[in-house]
Amino acid sequence: MTQTVPTESANGTREIGRARRRKEDARLVTGRTRWTDNITLPGMLHLAFVRSPIAHARITRIDTSPAAGMPGVVGVFTAADLGAEGIGLPCAWQVTPDMKAPQRPPLASQTVHFAGEGVAVVAARTAAEARDAADTVEVDYDPLEPVLDMEAALADGANLVHPELETNRNALWVFDSAGAGSGGNVDHAITAAEADPDSVVIHRRFRQQRLVPAFMEPRSTVVDPTGEQLTMWSATQVPHILKTMTALSLGIPEHKLRVIAPDVGGGFGGKLAVAPEEIVTLLVARKLGKPVKWTETRSECMLTAHHGRDQIQDLTLTAGRDGTVTGLKVDLLADMGAYLGLVTPGVPLLGAFMFNAIYKFPAYRFSCTNVFTTKTLTDAYRGAGRPEATFAIERMMDELAAELGMDPMDVRKKNWIRHEEFPFTTVATLVYDSGNYEAATARAEELFDYPALRREQAERRRSGDPVQLGIGISTYTEMCGLAPSRVLGALAYGAGGWEHASIRMLPTGKVEVVTGSSPHGQGHETAWSQILADQLGVPFEDIEVLHGDTQVSHKGLDTYGSRSLSVGAIAMVKAADKVIEKARRIAAHLLEAAEGDIEFHAGTFSVKGSPDARTTIQEIALAVFAAHDYPEGIEPSLDSDATFDPENFSFPHGTHLCATEVDTETGAVRLRSYVAVDDVGNVVNPLIVEGQVHGGLAQGIAQALYEEAIYDSDGNLVTGTLVDYLLPAAPDLPDFTTERTTTPATSNPLGVKGVGEAGAIASTPAVVNAILDAVRHLGVIDIPMPCSPERVWRALRTARGGTAHTAGGPA
Amino acid sequence: MARIDVTVDGVRYTDEVEPRTLLVHYLRERLGKVGTPIGCDTSSCGACTVHLDGISVKSCTVLAVQADGGQITTIEGLAPNGELHRMQQAFHDNHALQCGYCTPGMIMAAVDLLRTNPDPTNQEIRDGLEGNLCRCTGYQNIVRAVRAAAATPTGVTG
Ligand code: FES
Ligand code: FES
Repeated sequence: MTQTVPTESANGTREIGRARRRKEDARLVTGRTRWTDNITLPGMLHLAFVRSPIAHARITRIDTSPAAGMPGVVGVFTAADLGAEGIGLPCAWQVTPDMKAPQRPPLASQTVHFAGEGVAVVAARTAAEARDAADTVEVDYDPLEPVLDMEAALADGANLVHPELETNRNALWVFDSAGAGSGGNVDHAITAAEADPDSVVIHRRFRQQRLVPAFMEPRSTVVDPTGEQLTMWSATQVPHILKTMTALSLGIPEHKLRVIAPDVGGGFGGKLAVAPEEIVTLLVARKLGKPVKWTETRSECMLTAHHGRDQIQDLTLTAGRDGTVTGLKVDLLADMGAYLGLVTPGVPLLGAFMFNAIYKFPAYRFSCTNVFTTKTLTDAYRGAGRPEATFAIERMMDELAAELGMDPMDVRKKNWIRHEEFPFTTVATLVYDSGNYEAATARAEELFDYPALRREQAERRRSGDPVQLGIGISTYTEMCGLAPSRVLGALAYGAGGWEHASIRMLPTGKVEVVTGSSPHGQGHETAWSQILADQLGVPFEDIEVLHGDTQVSHKGLDTYGSRSLSVGAIAMVKAADKVIEKARRIAAHLLEAAEGDIEFHAGTFSVKGSPDARTTIQEIALAVFAAHDYPEGIEPSLDSDATFDPENFSFPHGTHLCATEVDTETGAVRLRSYVAVDDVGNVVNPLIVEGQVHGGLAQGIAQALYEEAIYDSDGNLVTGTLVDYLLPAAPDLPDFTTERTTTPATSNPLGVKGVGEAGAIASTPAVVNAILDAVRHLGVIDIPMPCSPERVWRALRTARGGTAHTAGGPA
Repeated sequence: MARIDVTVDGVRYTDEVEPRTLLVHYLRERLGKVGTPIGCDTSSCGACTVHLDGISVKSCTVLAVQADGGQITTIEGLAPNGELHRMQQAFHDNHALQCGYCTPGMIMAAVDLLRTNPDPTNQEIRDGLEGNLCRCTGYQNIVRAVRAAAATPTGVTG
């Protein structure tokens, strides 16, 4: 396993691997923050949107005149007023050549397609005045039938979300290992298993409920049209993509637009978007020639910012009675909502390669039908496609174990890729470069005390304890580091997956590093400083990490898909290599030695054999600035940049074990212990890694137990505020036990894999498996997520032969 | 319009405000105290938490006029003189923040928690911070930070 070991920082100690406290914290714990909503510019106006209260309707009249006369109002605009009727917001992923894509307008002008869609906008001197005025705009709607159920939407004669597309089907995307040459024909596997008494065939249907990303900072955009460039500040994960896409969508020359993501308060995929409101803010600012701000309320955010998940998963798994899986067939329905966002139709595809997970399945077929409904659009949310896949397969492995009467861990062990089998080409055609599932599992079992909990479980079952114990397993992997550009090209994604970095060596030896990655809580400023301190041998404190402003960072593809470290930081390492090579030539010149005799270690260049002849890279930076004495034929600069395009994904993995106590009388679920052993490759900062795991676990557990975006039969979001949508608070979550094993990635010189999504991907099935494990012996075979006390109680009651449809709660 | 007289982070202000103005809007928009952010419109998230006369309040649930005559401390005034309050230090030391959006409110609430319960258990901390939502951290390091702060002698700042 090749691994370039970085050099050391100036004081001779390695920064990589240290639990450095974060640089970012200094401003964040003192309130010296720069959220977009903090920005105030001279003469700045504020926007408020008029939004449809109806899911699906024709707009028959918009009367803006009452609003126009309200105090403080400067303008009231419909799409026509802004010349926006022809504008369509971008979708970057045409998943199939015949994919159906509706125009997604910044403001609806003829028809609204989901409750909350914007139909007009008010600009006023204060946000309160804008809001007051927006409430007076009169809009008449001619209601159309909402389209809410995916299966009904696909039936013949269904009401159409977008009649011009003549179907509610956005696309059908299929992968078949038989066609790809990576495995057998799954239909043959099913036929063979059905005919074989020593085999089992298991069919299950799971529902991935709709979730709200619920980053804590509501979205906000400020556009300043004064000056030569239009400047847009936005609470976004993707300033570079936003810039390019906005330029393309509006026909603005790209060099006339500058996008800045200042401090951004979380994203989790939810700010991987080009939002209608961003476009409208720009259009209004340009029209009025004044700076304009839009900041949403939380309720607007829940209603209109894209949602995540929302799939119906039909699975068929075949296996021998010894537990060896012989085939897996996956048929998904994925709810797009009313429109396509940046990567909406591709999200389920990111799961297509992950249903086979850590296992050796000889035959696999995946099909996904993307469906339009009259709901808020869906798009990336932490894990994007991979949590859905992991949930399904980890649930199926437990179903298989239950069917065969085997221990669910034994079923996994029987099928997983053994550590000596890496690199391993999967049935979904990915090449897993490294991993050690045995090691992570062994450590997790140790920390969890698996045998003791199984004994206690048996005892509680024997004694008929009203509180039953369940153990849930999730042995997951994920594909991270999105992504090799060629792979994205093969999947018809509209961009590459490289990342860019540049390094500026300042005269005083301080260093500015510019990254195309765009953090919003991940701690890049700290981690990047650690890595670069080791690479260049300069102090951690002497490094400033610059990001999120397209005028500073002209090139980048931003932050999502656990790509920052395994792609973005590698670009920085490559740029550092170039700085060192440039400095080496100058060092040779200054030290009057041959270039081949110059050695570089911990920030110092020295001459082989004459240890006193030395100079540091920071001294060279000053010498280059003065430029009085440097070799002929080279430029007086150490500055460098690099673009890194990964050759493969990285594949973090791990074993999560969850113990739940289920009160069979009330349906209440208590998480008793949760152990996560993750292998994310080499670790730059264990503190940051642990934090990412904790946060991911919280979101994954919340999917299992608490969260669901619910629409009523009219298509209204009924969980549209933080009162109705159950984000977990501190008492709702347990303490986690987290540890790591380390199998370095071989696809990048740091051996890192990425950690942003692991916790969210792994934890949901661990929790649900644990709940079912507690009550399966009572006849419960499934509980839909979120597994609220009411749902658990109803499942138990149905299993016991009672009726569960009574309106009351627990009897 | 109503006249109010408040002291915010040690500075006295007299202002005319609309009766409906929320304290958080007054702080952010009139005084430029943008260190206190807004996370919701249903008093659910706690991001806006400040101290009013030494007690933590969600500043989106208080009208500016209700704060008339009051002493308000925001995250920006928690540690004057450029030092960190022990709670700020503990949040930093224990990696109790990621994006930092919940952090001002979380810190202000946690300071008040220790005022009423100087040596809380983990469960008491979790229960005490129930009104403050964090989407990034999973809360474990926040609990750790509050315990660490509780174990730190109060200095001049707190
Ligand atoms: S903004 Fe005050 S509680 Fe959310
Ligand atoms: S640190 Fe991001 S919401 Fe708490």
